[in-house]
Amino acid sequence: MAAAANAMNPTVGPTTLHLHGLLFVPHCMHIGNPATILFALTLMQDMDFPGGKISFTTTKSFLPGSSEERVPCYRVLDEEGYSSSNILEHVISKEVALKMYSGMVTLQTMDKFFYEAQRQGRLSFYLTSFGEEAINLASAAALSIDDVILAQYREPGMLLWRGFTLQDFANQCFGNNAGHGKGRQMPIHYGSKNFNFITISSPLATQLPQAVGVAYSLKMDKKDSCVVAYLGDGSSSEGDFHAALNFAAVLDAPVVFICRNNGWAISTPVTDQFRSDGIVVKGQAYGISSIRVDGNDALAIYDVVRSAREIAINEQRPILIEAMTYRVSHHSTSDDSTKYRSTDEIEYWKTIHSPITRFRKWVERKGWWSDKEESELHLDVKKQVKHAMDEAEKQEKPPLRDMFTDVYEDLPSNLVEQETSLRETIQRHPQDFPKDIPL
Amino acid sequence: MRLRPVVSSMRHYSSGTKEMTVRDALNSALDEEMAADPNVFVMGEEVGEYQGAYKITKGLLDKYGPERVVDTPITEAGFAGIGVGSAYHGLKPVIEFMTFNFSMQAIDHIINSAAKSNYMSAGQINVPIVFRGPNGPAAGVGAQHSQCYGAWYGSVPGLKVLVPYSSEDARGLLKAAIRDPDPVVFLENELLYGESFPISDEALDSSFCLPIGKAKIEREGKDITITAFSKMVGYALKAAEILEKDGISAEIINLRSIRPLDRATINASVRKTNRLVTVEEGFPQHGIGAEICASVVEDSFGYLDAPVERIAGADVPTPYAANLERMAFPQIEDIVRAAKRVCYRSVPLAATA
Repeated sequence: MAAAANAMNPTVGPTTLHLHGLLFVPHCMHIGNPATILFALTLMQDMDFPGGKISFTTTKSFLPGSSEERVPCYRVLDEEGYSSSNILEHVISKEVALKMYSGMVTLQTMDKFFYEAQRQGRLSFYLTSFGEEAINLASAAALSIDDVILAQYREPGMLLWRGFTLQDFANQCFGNNAGHGKGRQMPIHYGSKNFNFITISSPLATQLPQAVGVAYSLKMDKKDSCVVAYLGDGSSSEGDFHAALNFAAVLDAPVVFICRNNGWAISTPVTDQFRSDGIVVKGQAYGISSIRVDGNDALAIYDVVRSAREIAINEQRPILIEAMTYRVSHHSTSDDSTKYRSTDEIEYWKTIHSPITRFRKWVERKGWWSDKEESELHLDVKKQVKHAMDEAEKQEKPPLRDMFTDVYEDLPSNLVEQETSLRETIQRHPQDFPKDIPL
Repeated sequence: MRLRPVVSSMRHYSSGTKEMTVRDALNSALDEEMAADPNVFVMGEEVGEYQGAYKITKGLLDKYGPERVVDTPITEAGFAGIGVGSAYHGLKPVIEFMTFNFSMQAIDHIINSAAKSNYMSAGQINVPIVFRGPNGPAAGVGAQHSQCYGAWYGSVPGLKVLVPYSSEDARGLLKAAIRDPDPVVFLENELLYGESFPISDEALDSSFCLPIGKAKIEREGKDITITAFSKMVGYALKAAEILEKDGISAEIINLRSIRPLDRATINASVRKTNRLVTVEEGFPQHGIGAEICASVVEDSFGYLDAPVERIAGADVPTPYAANLERMAFPQIEDIVRAAKRVCYRSVPLAATA
């Protein structure tokens, strides 16, 4: 081979050896004295390792664990609701903006009342999205109905945007028969085939590789849509996060991963969750384009999700978005976060950085919203939420049959037997059977 | 797309008995189901270029391409999760675990997602996925490669768990599993892959399918019922031959399905023979035999002439050394001795050598 021949012939210049990028150490021995060997070796610039060319260096240095400057955060609206982008202003219509805004208010109101309902014993459990309304509604607005959503649990705004009614939310939470859930799941574990929203699953981060699987299916169908998977900062520690990102990159899957970095995973602050610069830097480790965005800025979220979606679909590759925000909520009704963080901190984020307030300032300045509409909206939503809860409570619970169906596609013989035997027992002892379960 | 004849299924229409290895049975079943339904795809480590760690997927990459035969990075949790997600959206994945011992790294996806989603979503999401691969001990592979997962998966409502023995079982049950809308855990056995079994023309037909949840009576008998699955069926059949010489007629039931368990066939057999021995390679506590025993005690207590005996693997992590490994798993002699004990014949309690 030419490289070997060059190695054997000391009169040939080093550039020829370099061109081939191959290192023939044994042959270099023939070149001559040690000085020549060293000369030849230092000029071997790169090597064809499996996986691609890598250049060599004679400087030993460790890559730092993190860079001196953190990855900056993309933002459009400042705290006073002034937009830095004229272009974006024209992309969002009044209709979309007001739907986003009223959706944020509706979500916040629904959360307030449902949380209270749990405290009063009317619901067994609830989980709010206070402080994260912009991520919810703005990302929903940027997607199409054909995009499949695999959420974590703090994203009910996605369903709200797509048409899930307050009554639907209440029905699921109250476990009655009017919802589509057949009373199977604990509250907030919504799901809707019609709205392309995969049923919420409790174990964290399992939705991430599953999102890649859905995207793989979409790819094979060649659909003009992508998959959007949500996760929190805590979920990025799960093994499934690693598996999902790695696979998404390898399979060229059209998935947009949206991480709500809200600073807290129950009582674990992000400083105890990871040592990296948040989640945005992890994307690059897997070969995925990533961006950090202000999660409390509805316009920025809308812009970034819209772009990410385009890239994912047109270029068939995954994108990672880290939305910086703050979990104003307690983790859930099973948590009292004042036990591990200061009320001042919570108040600060609730008021100063409220995504709803910020967006309202923008829509008001555009002349699309006023105080009158604001109070009307609040009154109206409050009334609707209360009504939905009252109705949901009055509804019948799912019938006995629904305990046995859907375990498999068809009812298996052992469950048929059990149901028959149960009904016989009920007939013999009707006084022992709860009155509120329809037969 | 070139059509290639399946590697060794001999399609000569002479009157001689055809034979097929379990490996070829599984391969041909996969091939036929992939040809019939473009939504079926295979995913796992080494399934494509390498032709499968145990060559079960041999030839499929060439025939169907990399979109339908997907080689994965080493993440069981990853590819199991991806399989589940793709099933949520209408594909029919066949996920291969190099051994079910590695499925533990993905077990949340199998149980909390695949098994429970249809129920939790109130029927909105069904998961037509098959998880398959070798289960239980092979030979000399040590503790982390030898566990049987039949009992673990068999306890979960929402899953179907199949345990083929012969080539006919392998073909019929794998085809049924792939066509089934529910998630199926398909437990194979590495040592059976190379074993050859006679196979009927009917079983060779591409529409052949076995019903899920029906056990097969491999050998009829009248004195004692022996239940077994997978490799132990072969051992039980050999034990039956030895027992026959001692005047004991054993009925051998090949379970074929752990969930649903064919309690009807088992109980009908015990009502006929009045004695039961269960055989499995898995750990004894909470094993398949325990469930079968409970079922028989519940349904056919009055018919039992002797207590039920369970033969299972030893209650220890599998040792590597060949002599120790032999003692850790049921051998044919163990089945023979148990059968005799249950018939109240006098037998030594343990192996003498």
